[in-house]
Amino acid sequence: MIAIVDYGAGNIFSVKNALDHLGLASELTDDAKRIEAADAVILPGVGAFPSAMRMLTQKGLTGVLKAEAKRKPLLGICLGMQMLLEKSYEFEECDGLGLIPGTVERIDAPGLIIPHMGWNRLERGVACPLLEGLPEEAFVYFVHSYAAKCPDEVLAAWVGYGGRVPAMVYDGGYVYGAQFHPEKSGAVGLQILRNFGGLV
Amino acid sequence: MLAKRIIPCLDVRDGRVVKGVNFEGIREVGDPVAFAAEYDRQGADEIVFYDITASHEGRGVILDVVRETARRVFVPLTVGGGISTVDDIRDTLRAGADKVSVNSQAVKNPQLIKEGADIFGSQCICVGIDAKKTPAGNWTVYINGGRVDMHLDLLDWVRQIEQLGAGEICLNSIDTDGVRGGFDLPMLKAVVDAVNIPVIASGGAGKLTDFGDAFEQTDCSAALAASLFHFRELTVADVKADCRSRGIIVR
Repeated sequence: MIAIVDYGAGNIFSVKNALDHLGLASELTDDAKRIEAADAVILPGVGAFPSAMRMLTQKGLTGVLKAEAKRKPLLGICLGMQMLLEKSYEFEECDGLGLIPGTVERIDAPGLIIPHMGWNRLERGVACPLLEGLPEEAFVYFVHSYAAKCPDEVLAAWVGYGGRVPAMVYDGGYVYGAQFHPEKSGAVGLQILRNFGGLV
Repeated sequence: MLAKRIIPCLDVRDGRVVKGVNFEGIREVGDPVAFAAEYDRQGADEIVFYDITASHEGRGVILDVVRETARRVFVPLTVGGGISTVDDIRDTLRAGADKVSVNSQAVKNPQLIKEGADIFGSQCICVGIDAKKTPAGNWTVYINGGRVDMHLDLLDWVRQIEQLGAGEICLNSIDTDGVRGGFDLPMLKAVVDAVNIPVIASGGAGKLTDFGDAFEQTDCSAALAASLFHFRELTVADVKADCRSRGIIVR
């Protein structure tokens, strides 16, 4: 069972739809006990960093996410990925979960349209089980204005937009983050979610 | 770099895909969910449902279509037509749409763009525009399916909607729509140069090379077509192969 953390931010149904389509059992939950009982956890998210962190905190979920990330696969998606990092500067300085080293800052791409919205091609960094079995040219769907700044050791994939925009982070253990939306990235996105399901 | 997007559009009435035939009447041609799945298979980067359901009571049906499509198709979905309030936007997004497209209502009530962007984020507010060239050489904005000239200058309007927080513009040229002689490149170029948000070209695609021409000759982000894909004269894959052979980045 994969727990999809439902803390009131974003379109979580599309993540659930994709997992259903792949035959991966999942449930939407904001209950710490269900997250503890699950085999893996997905932290989705759309919106602004500070309000999303506040909602997680109000629901008492930050502690359980930090603890469970040490013993089972955790995948953050979009804002959910950004919340895995140490700190964000969206609107105000705000602490994240600190599971991945680095910060979240506004995309620096002079002359380019912000948000970075659309399909972009993954360039590979450190080996990551979620990216196995993808075609050589793998495009995924992004919608975001802020991006991670993180060390190369955790950078599993990036895309070119002005400079390098981190697309997938991986701590080498249980913690994964996708800046893009695998649930909206066609066959490539479904393969990534299938790989995540395979970790369970 | 971002890939240029190819977007098929489906006109939906009372939950069925329809297609106007020579202004005479509207022909029903199929199940929108099946069409969307087929376009996804061909490599569509996004799918647009344009709801032309006339009656208010029929409005809920499009949400069922969106819900069902979202269960089977895993690329972004946009819904336009008949969206006039923040509640309409909320209902459409909750059903599984990733974006809404507002057109006439945005002209009548520009605050709808701002409210929608403030509550749901700019990325899910696309503003659809129907525009036509004037004898003076500029373009003006039309509403109600291209029937009513609002005497609103197109370039003033696109700058205004960007200020209000629109995340994207879908620009349809009344002059080229249905003519199948290619997109309206002068109008497209003028709008792309006036704003710093993505612009989708719409209206006029008639052959394979029209898409690549729009991408080569303007900085538009995407190109949309309905009947061309609908009647299987071309597939999305054909269009992408042509773009790729011309060095245009597509997925």
